[in-house]
Amino acid sequence: MQARDTHRMTPARRFRIYLLEARFQFVEVLREPMFAIPTLAFPLIFYLFFGVIMGARGVSLAVPTYVLATYGVFGVLGPALFGFGAGLANERDTGVLLLKQTTPMPAGAYLFAKVMAALIFGAVVVAALFLMAAHAAGVALYRWQWFALAAVLLAGVIPFCALGLAIGAWARGRSAVAVVNLVFLPMAMLSGLWLPIYMFPDVMQDIALALPAYHHAQLALRVIAMDAGQPVPMHLAVLAGETLVFLAVAALGFRRADSFSMRRSR
Amino acid sequence: MQAGTAHSPALASLSRVTHRYGTVLALDDLDLAVRRGEVLGVLGPNGAGKTTAISLLLGSLQVQEGAASVFGFAPGAPEVRVRRGAMLQISGISANLTVREHIELFRAYYPAPIPAARLLAMAGLEDLARRRYGKLSGGQKQRVMFALALAGDPELLFLDEPTTGLDIDARHRLWSEIRALRESGRTTVLTTHNLDEADALADRVVVIHNGRRIAEGTPAEIKSRTAGRLVRCVTRIAPDEVASLPGVVEARARGQHLEALTTQPEALVRVLLARDEALADLTVVAAGLEEAFLALTRDGEEDAA
Repeated sequence: MQARDTHRMTPARRFRIYLLEARFQFVEVLREPMFAIPTLAFPLIFYLFFGVIMGARGVSLAVPTYVLATYGVFGVLGPALFGFGAGLANERDTGVLLLKQTTPMPAGAYLFAKVMAALIFGAVVVAALFLMAAHAAGVALYRWQWFALAAVLLAGVIPFCALGLAIGAWARGRSAVAVVNLVFLPMAMLSGLWLPIYMFPDVMQDIALALPAYHHAQLALRVIAMDAGQPVPMHLAVLAGETLVFLAVAALGFRRADSFSMRRSR
Repeated sequence: MQAGTAHSPALASLSRVTHRYGTVLALDDLDLAVRRGEVLGVLGPNGAGKTTAISLLLGSLQVQEGAASVFGFAPGAPEVRVRRGAMLQISGISANLTVREHIELFRAYYPAPIPAARLLAMAGLEDLARRRYGKLSGGQKQRVMFALALAGDPELLFLDEPTTGLDIDARHRLWSEIRALRESGRTTVLTTHNLDEADALADRVVVIHNGRRIAEGTPAEIKSRTAGRLVRCVTRIAPDEVASLPGVVEARARGQHLEALTTQPEALVRVLLARDEALADLTVVAAGLEEAFLALTRDGEEDAA
């Protein structure tokens, strides 16, 4: 067998692993109807109904414009929580992660792949929403607003993937999907992604202040001048702080799992 | 030849390793040495600690007490990862990727992987390359896991219960694939709770029970201690006398019964009946692996007591 001083990974090989890992993560999720239908189709169906059909009966373009931003948040949130959170929990449960950890695969490639897949699915939903908004609902934005809105929406991948990571690090296998649903749907509702937050009672508006999706949605709405008027740095600070908390929670979960993983498997 | 091997003849080793999960003792002062070029069978009943031992050698568990080394490095070191392959007891890889896609991904992890076409051939997967993993049979899935373990052209291969849950055909097919590896000069560590499997594949067998090594030898040596019948009866003949009869591996009193493990049950029964007309409650049962382990374990316990 050949000499193997090659354990030090060349940048080219590392790049190839990152790329392949991301590609197959994407393909894997794309082929999973349980994932693709709710996370890709729901935001688009909602927009078709509330943005295009209902919007056409309204007197102004306020509703189609507003829900473009909030369903965009919804569309980025889903892949991050389901693909990342439930996907990670599943792969820890089946042992795929354990197997990959015995190979030279860099741990970063695995996380990168999950983030990239969430980003690409989020981008697909955002692009489809934009097309529907511009061509079917008649939403008119300045060019810079389209770009800024897309950028803000996709940046949501960062806090939402961190939340997915935290869930994936603690929840086990099949129960992870339930946990994700328990986080996903209430958070979407309470953050004002489906109905504008000002329609809610004060108590619920207070709860929203604790939710990352609320702050993310406010930043998206800011681009189209439909936010609640709170300061941007506050939203950014909350999102950054919560991202760090999620990462810390995830790290704790992995550490706990390390000491118990073998007892589970035999 | 390699850095680490100058200091020790073992390619991989556990020395005086004790491992606990909470208060449960999984490994108890275990020594295990893997020699270059051999197929080492690690044999033991479920829960014996085999998977724990493998996990320590794979670096997926941290050593608590004692030392683990592979190629002279820590088991999780990058130098080790590129030269080692593993087939673990996991419930599966992504159902939505094809066999070829899984193989392509794992090959990318290694600096000098085996060409995909050859891997498919080695694992007998040529006709299944385009099929999704989720659509494969149990035997086919195990062959994919086998191919993934080989992807990096490893010098050292860990196969943790590779044929569990397979039917006889699938098992024998995997056996012949594992045998073919031996010819290529690779070193293999195989865990199993199936004595036949160890016999069919291993050069050397280590028997583990309750986290301790209770026997070690060639498969033939282990088999001679285990392949027999358990003769049980109430008799006045002393165990020592029975133990000296031909074919008897061991004999002991258990309650009012005598128990003898023998490779020649007919001869033993004939002698027993001739020497003790009052002999009663005679049973002869196959000493399967469980009995064999029990017999070996009792040895261990006696030594310890």
